[in-house]
Amino acid sequence: MSNRVINWFRYASPQTFYPLAGKLIPWFWALAAIFGVAGLSIGFLLAPTDAQQGEGYRIIFLHVPASWMSMFIYLVMAFWAGTGLAFNTRLSGMMASALAPTGALFAFLSLWTGALWGKPMWGAWWVWDARLTSELILLFLYIGFIALQAAIDDPRRADKAGAILALVGVVNIPIIYFSVKWWNTLHQGASVSLTKAPSMAAMMLWGMLLCALACWMYSIAVALMRVRTIMLERERHTDWVRALLGERE
Amino acid sequence: MHWNSLGDFLAMGNHGLYVWGSVAVMALLMVAEPMLLRRGRKKLVARLKRQLRAERSEARAASEPLTTTRRSHG
Repeated sequence: MSNRVINWFRYASPQTFYPLAGKLIPWFWALAAIFGVAGLSIGFLLAPTDAQQGEGYRIIFLHVPASWMSMFIYLVMAFWAGTGLAFNTRLSGMMASALAPTGALFAFLSLWTGALWGKPMWGAWWVWDARLTSELILLFLYIGFIALQAAIDDPRRADKAGAILALVGVVNIPIIYFSVKWWNTLHQGASVSLTKAPSMAAMMLWGMLLCALACWMYSIAVALMRVRTIMLERERHTDWVRALLGERE
Repeated sequence: MHWNSLGDFLAMGNHGLYVWGSVAVMALLMVAEPMLLRRGRKKLVARLKRQLRAERSEARAASEPLTTTRRSHG
C-alpha cells in the first residue's frame, strides 16, 4: 500500500507544479466548453418562460454563476493567502495572486448582469441595498488586493500584505450570502440553497448548474494559466526556469 | 425548442437589450482574459530568453582569451 501513496507535497513546489498545470489547462478548457454549451443551450433554447419575469429571467444563467464564482474564488484566494502566511510556502502566494483578477472579473460581471436584470424587473440599475452593496465591496476588496500587491516590490512581502487584506475581507462573504435573509432587500432570495429544495423548474436548475460548472472550469483554467506566468516571472533566476527557457531556444 | 422564430429568440420578450447586453459583456471578458494572459506569457518568455542569452554571451566573452581588439581598450 505505502508505495502507492502519491506524495502530494511534491506538487507544492513550483518546479513540479509548472509542467503539471500546463498539462491540465487544455482539459479544463475542454470541460468549460462542454459545460458552457450544454448550460447555455438548456438555459437559452429549452428552458420555459418564467411565470413572473417573462424571458428577462434568462439573465439568471449568467448572473448566478458569476456571483457564485466571485464569492467562491475569494474564499479559495483567502485560503491560499492564509496558507502562505502560516507555512510560508512559495506556491501559496502565487496561487492567491493568480486568482484575484479572475475573482474581480466575476464580481464585476455579477454587478453588470445584475444591473441589466434589475433595470427591467425593479426599474433601477442600482439600489444601495445589502446584497448589491456587499457585492460591490467584494469587487473593491479584489481591486484593493491587486493594487496592494502591485505597490510592493518584494513579492514575498507583497504576498504577506495581500494575505492580511484577503483574510480580513473574508468576513464580507457570509454577509453577501446571508444578506437577503438578514436584511429587507429588493434582491430576491436564494433560488437554490443547501438547506431546502430549489424553488425553480428542473430545466432552469440544470441550465444554471451547468453554466456554474462551466464558470468553475473556466476559472481553474485561467488561474492555472496565470499562476504559470507568475511562476516564470518570480522564479526566473532559478535553475529550472533557466533550463526551461534554454530548451525552447 | 422553446422559440418559434429567430426573431422571438432575439427579442427575448422585449428584454433583448438586457439579456443580450449581459451575454455580450460576459462573453467579451471571458474571451479577452485568456487572450491577454497568452499574450502576456509570450512577452514574458521572450523577455526572459533575451535576458538569458545576454547573460550567457557576457559569460562567454568574459571567459574567452583576450583578443587584440579587447586589449586595445586598455
